[in-house]
Amino acid sequence: MNGGLSSLRSEAAGAMRTVLVSAESLQLTLKPELTQEEQALTQSGRKAKEAHTAGNEDLKEMLESNKESLKLEAMKRIVQLISKGKKSSDLFPAVVKNVASKNIELKKLVYVYLVRYAEEQQDLALLSISTFQRALKDPNQFIRASALRVLSSIRVPIIVPIMMLAIKEAASDLSPYVRKTSAHAIQKLYSLDADQKEHLIEVIEKLLKDKSTLVAGSVVMAFEEVCPDRIDLIHKNYRKLCNLLVDVEEWGQVVIINMLTRYARTQFTSPWKEDAVFDDNEKAFYDSDSEEKQGQKEAKPYIMDPDHRLLLRNTKPLLQSRNTAVVMAVAQLYWHLAPKHEVSIVTKSLVRLLRSHREVQYVVLENIATMSIQRKGMFEPYMKSFYVRSTDATHIKTLKLEILTNLANEANISTILREFQTYVKSQDKAFAAATIQAIGRCATNISEVTDTCLNGLVLLLSNRDETVVAESVVVIKKLLQTQPTQHSDIIKHMAKLFDNITVPMARASILWLMGEYCERVPKIAPDVLRKMAKSFTSEEDIVKLQTVNLAAKLYLTNSKQTKLLTQYILNLGKYDQNYDIRDRTRFIRQLIVPNEKSGTLNKYARRILLASKPAPVLESAFKGQLGQTPLPWTNEMDRDRFQLGTLSHSLNVKAAGYQELSDWPAVAPDPSVRNVEVIEPVREWAPSVGKAKQPKSDDKFYSDDEEKEEEGSGSGSEDSSSSSSGSSSSSEESGSESEEESSEESGKTSSDSGKSSSGSEASSSESEPEQKKKKRTKKATQRKSKQSAADSDSDENGSGPVGKTSSSSAESSSESDSEEDSDVDSPPPPSPPQKKTVAKTKPKVEVKTKKEVSLLDLDDFSPAPPSAPKSSVFSSSLLSDLEGLSLSNVSSAMQVTTPSFGPVKTYELLHHMTGKGFSAKYHFPRQPCLYQPSMVAVQVILTNSSDHSLEEIHIGDRSPASLNIHCFNTVERLEPGASVTVSMGIDFSDSTQAANFQLCTKEDQFSVSIQPAVGELLMPSTMTEPDFCNEQKKLMGMNETSASITMATANTSKQNISKQVLSVANVGVVSSGQNDLQRFAGRTVSSGALVLVTLELREASTALLTINTEKSVMASMLLRDLKQALSQS
Amino acid sequence: MIHSLFLAKEKAGDPENVAPVLQTPHHYLISIYRDKLFFVSVTQTEVPPLFVIEFLHRVADTFQDYFGECSESVIKDNTVTVYELLEEMLDNGFPLATESNVLKEMIRPPTILRSVVNTLTGGSNVGGTLPTGQLSNVPWRRVGVKYTNNEAYFDVIEEIDAILDKSGTTVFAEIQGVIEACVKLSGMPDLTLSFMNPRLLDDVSFHPCVRFKRWESERVLSFIPPDGNFRLLSYHVSSQNLVAIPVYVKQNISFLETGSCGRLDITIGPKQTMGKMVESLMVTIPMPKSVLNVNLIATQGTYTFDLSTKVLLWDIGKLNPQKLPNLRGSLSVQPGAPKPEENPSINIDLKIQQLAISGLKVSRLDMYGEKYKPFKGVKYVTKAGKFQVRT
Repeated sequence: MNGGLSSLRSEAAGAMRTVLVSAESLQLTLKPELTQEEQALTQSGRKAKEAHTAGNEDLKEMLESNKESLKLEAMKRIVQLISKGKKSSDLFPAVVKNVASKNIELKKLVYVYLVRYAEEQQDLALLSISTFQRALKDPNQFIRASALRVLSSIRVPIIVPIMMLAIKEAASDLSPYVRKTSAHAIQKLYSLDADQKEHLIEVIEKLLKDKSTLVAGSVVMAFEEVCPDRIDLIHKNYRKLCNLLVDVEEWGQVVIINMLTRYARTQFTSPWKEDAVFDDNEKAFYDSDSEEKQGQKEAKPYIMDPDHRLLLRNTKPLLQSRNTAVVMAVAQLYWHLAPKHEVSIVTKSLVRLLRSHREVQYVVLENIATMSIQRKGMFEPYMKSFYVRSTDATHIKTLKLEILTNLANEANISTILREFQTYVKSQDKAFAAATIQAIGRCATNISEVTDTCLNGLVLLLSNRDETVVAESVVVIKKLLQTQPTQHSDIIKHMAKLFDNITVPMARASILWLMGEYCERVPKIAPDVLRKMAKSFTSEEDIVKLQTVNLAAKLYLTNSKQTKLLTQYILNLGKYDQNYDIRDRTRFIRQLIVPNEKSGTLNKYARRILLASKPAPVLESAFKGQLGQTPLPWTNEMDRDRFQLGTLSHSLNVKAAGYQELSDWPAVAPDPSVRNVEVIEPVREWAPSVGKAKQPKSDDKFYSDDEEKEEEGSGSGSEDSSSSSSGSSSSSEESGSESEEESSEESGKTSSDSGKSSSGSEASSSESEPEQKKKKRTKKATQRKSKQSAADSDSDENGSGPVGKTSSSSAESSSESDSEEDSDVDSPPPPSPPQKKTVAKTKPKVEVKTKKEVSLLDLDDFSPAPPSAPKSSVFSSSLLSDLEGLSLSNVSSAMQVTTPSFGPVKTYELLHHMTGKGFSAKYHFPRQPCLYQPSMVAVQVILTNSSDHSLEEIHIGDRSPASLNIHCFNTVERLEPGASVTVSMGIDFSDSTQAANFQLCTKEDQFSVSIQPAVGELLMPSTMTEPDFCNEQKKLMGMNETSASITMATANTSKQNISKQVLSVANVGVVSSGQNDLQRFAGRTVSSGALVLVTLELREASTALLTINTEKSVMASMLLRDLKQALSQS
Repeated sequence: MIHSLFLAKEKAGDPENVAPVLQTPHHYLISIYRDKLFFVSVTQTEVPPLFVIEFLHRVADTFQDYFGECSESVIKDNTVTVYELLEEMLDNGFPLATESNVLKEMIRPPTILRSVVNTLTGGSNVGGTLPTGQLSNVPWRRVGVKYTNNEAYFDVIEEIDAILDKSGTTVFAEIQGVIEACVKLSGMPDLTLSFMNPRLLDDVSFHPCVRFKRWESERVLSFIPPDGNFRLLSYHVSSQNLVAIPVYVKQNISFLETGSCGRLDITIGPKQTMGKMVESLMVTIPMPKSVLNVNLIATQGTYTFDLSTKVLLWDIGKLNPQKLPNLRGSLSVQPGAPKPEENPSINIDLKIQQLAISGLKVSRLDMYGEKYKPFKGVKYVTKAGKFQVRT
């Protein structure tokens, strides 16, 4: 073992060399002490130093020779010396002479040397400066750039003015490569002489305007280093940076994205307001009068700044980058900037990163852990990606466990607990202990499983491993403390196990529990105390303390039985070696045993010792502390105070140079600061995205009328038609800018109209020269007006007398209109693979159709909040995006609901027509029911497709009245368009009789019924082939039902047969050695009667299907179902 | 400060368990562990950790690319090239050129022939001009590429990640794939690769050369390829498709309650192989620490048991469906040690040629922008990724 360690060590020492090489070249800390440390580590090097100074002589000779090859050889050897940490600074003069060499490789090696030793030999280094100055004027851009690079790396204060001059010149060089180098030089000069800041900022300002993608990343890096607080420098370049972003090299992308995240948090208002998603479709159909009132009543609705949207849209494609840092940067940008419902698009990409290197996994998991605390739903569909493998490193395991615990909820807890059971058995005991804590956390968070968890933990008490037992006791103690009422049997059980438990912490915990709840176990507690009195002297300190505690508590409650025992223990404690125990004993004695000296305190002894204690909180390590985590970050503060993806977040410590992410401003600063004279063609449509989501605000101003028209709410009234001409012209002219005005206006509610109108004038004149853009805009406007005409038509038809009350019906009618429209206008969407998909896709399609026409010109794929319902023409790209969306959606739903890899059928519970927009579907998740073993688990998806939110959804009367249902918790509120999955349990008592009950909302009640297929009343049962045969023999005769069936040709393969059978019935496959026999076994859920299915293949495609069970009715029904499934493909 | 890394390493026991981000009194250490080497970067200020980790991996990749392997001795032997490379890859802590194509134009990889020639002629292996890629808008490709045989090969490699439980039920399974390309085409070819069933691809990440817009709208890969080997695409197959598990494992590992021995019996058989041969089958079992030695008989292939790491490795080779390979025998356990709590998990490695298990198929490859007719080839391979059977 020792030998292994030391060899590891020497291997690491070798690796360290590499380490130093890279560390040093990163130059993040190029400090002299590095060399010293290095030398201290390699002492042999120091000893050999003498010998080498002699060796250096011949190197000098070689350097001074005329042959290039000799010089090169010498330089290579010198670099090797440097890499070994040996001193070669005495060669400095000889080396510097070669700085002007024509040989590029020689030159480069001289540069390496120079950069390393210039700070030590400042005077000599100056000799080389003139060579660099000459090279800065070289016609070859490569030489100019490398000269600047080395010049700026020489840390000699005297040459600061020369460097400054060189940087300024290079910043206006024709070659973007040289300009990039100058951006890097800025940081170097700044670290050498911070006094140059002002001049350097000037250069940064100039370079920020640069349009080359090469420069962008480097200059932003310089900006972050030198003047991260000068956010004003970014304004004019913001849009350019957003648009260039995709083409910038990957490292630059990371830096720019991080900077823009910070920028956006200071410049835009929060998109996280609750009403942001819903306010627009509610008001879309009011006529302008009522709308005006509405607008005034409501506090300013949220409108996303078009620039904000621009950033989100331009960063989205980068999620597909191969560079993990870029993906993480985009993910954190969405997390910190995007509206809540858009954040989830980053999930898939983050999960993808988990396939990458171990270190990447670690950082990504840390970030996911933080995210999953706040947003469970984001990662829940990917739960299985966080399953632990035995080969994972310990810190990865712990993080995965953490995430799984965060993701646990009512619906998936049984799956998670089953997974945890595997982990508890892990050979990695630290991990097993962490799992037990995680189970404890699940138990407190999800009240349904508290008992299950407790029972499971009690079972663990008989585990052979001490750490597991100890951890279980500690967690049980905490759990019991949270709900001590009904668990005296568990305490009794623990008392029984007490003799076998040796871990001090566990023993102490049990003693404490005894004492705390001694009144619940009045017979056992004194007995435990008696045992403890015997073994007191040989116990650990912590156990002794708790024994004293127990004695005191028993003395107070049951002094008759325990008085003598207590006194005996107190006497033992009095003479203990440990002063803590002596102290405690003295204190307890004074407190509980009345004597003349003790004053009033004695009266309160009972209240002091037996006060009810607050239960401990079991929560995430990422939020606070979680007992004893093996991780270094058990810190008192929340990790989520840091920006995701940062070093500070990873360490949970504020790192030097960390820039706080500011809170959203209450009022957005003037957005017009980002206007620039020259507008990039790419950007022209950007702002209309914001428009698409713009709810109407107060309309004092023509640009607002335009919105109204777009929203289709004008419905041909004179006022809007007159304004439409005006507004269309304005939209034509001002393109992006008019938008900003309106958003600005809404931001400040009552901003002075004078200012913004002048702004729009200016902007219209700005954009005038752009002919091309104008043309495109015109086209769009035409389409827009066509659109609005169509809309107003539908308005008139659908809701002639528009009133507030009928507005909802108007909306829904036009909604259906728009669906029809989309069918006509768009190429038919390719039929999704499954029937279920259709149902799933539909709501999505609706959302999309609600979007503005202008969106289509934009290729904007981000799922935006639904705005006014509108028909729209699908572009092919949008359509393909929809496919993608629907696919991913379904897959996520599938994952949640099918823990076994069998197909799941969904049934209708309540159609939205009968349910007045409220619909419900259900399926059988085929998981054991949590609530009662005799119940069948049912998951119900409640969807609100009406236009108002539904409240207090719960289950009402049931029939037959004896029907045993475990209801889901009342859903307080379901927003329009939203859906929620709830799980319930129904005891069908092994019959296919329908369970009838009422689904109630606050206003309505709907009678619904669930009729289970016979196959769903079963639970898979695992057994071996011999067992199966034995059981089958017992169920012959009356209990056997069989039929010969002809199977569809597609079904003859073994795999297909089992697929078909499993789709019909929830049974388990019994592995079999015979090829022509297939066996399945299950038990009925309520009574647990065995159901055995045998399928014997005969010639051609016939087969003999046999079912053995005592439930003959079920057998015949099951036979019928199976026959049907197998005979049709 | 490097000491603290070693301290952390000793504490963690296994170098794999060292946290990649560490804090020391004055510095932050961000490290990766690869090929038995630590690559460490030291920083004093805030920096996105992934930025550094990704870069360090690129450095290691580059060494691998240049020297064929990335080991301590190779790095020691090539210090000068390493210095030169790092010099080009970084400027003042900011990554500069990380594209292997660009780097190779500036610093030629060392070969024996070249070093001989260089010593004789005094030539150098450092390029004198700015790499053309650095400035163009296709930085990954150099101009003036010429081949006599123009060829483009694509390897579709899929890995099955799965966890199977005791009874053989799939707990978790997914398919991850990559397309590795080897493109040797002259000039500036513009390629389009399309699939028969692109909808299988659920989540993708691209080499920077792939045009994202084309993919979004048409689901085809359109790109100007880098010269030589590169990873074009990595993807994840949408999880709604059932994952075919190519083999099944019948296992019985048990330790006797008393006494110092245990039994092991493993049989592997084909399950869903789509009619293809399973090759390079290998079984790895990390045994509990209390197992002293094993005494087994394999009907096919050979097994080894590493006494220090307690890893049992069974190299089977081709899987013969007629005669299933079986490994059985006894395990000797340290006397007196308690019976291991959990049976060890079984890791399986395998390879199936000419099959992409997800069913993904390339339909065609078109080339634009150049006149010649390239030779094209697509190969499919399925491998086991993190394929684990719990026992």
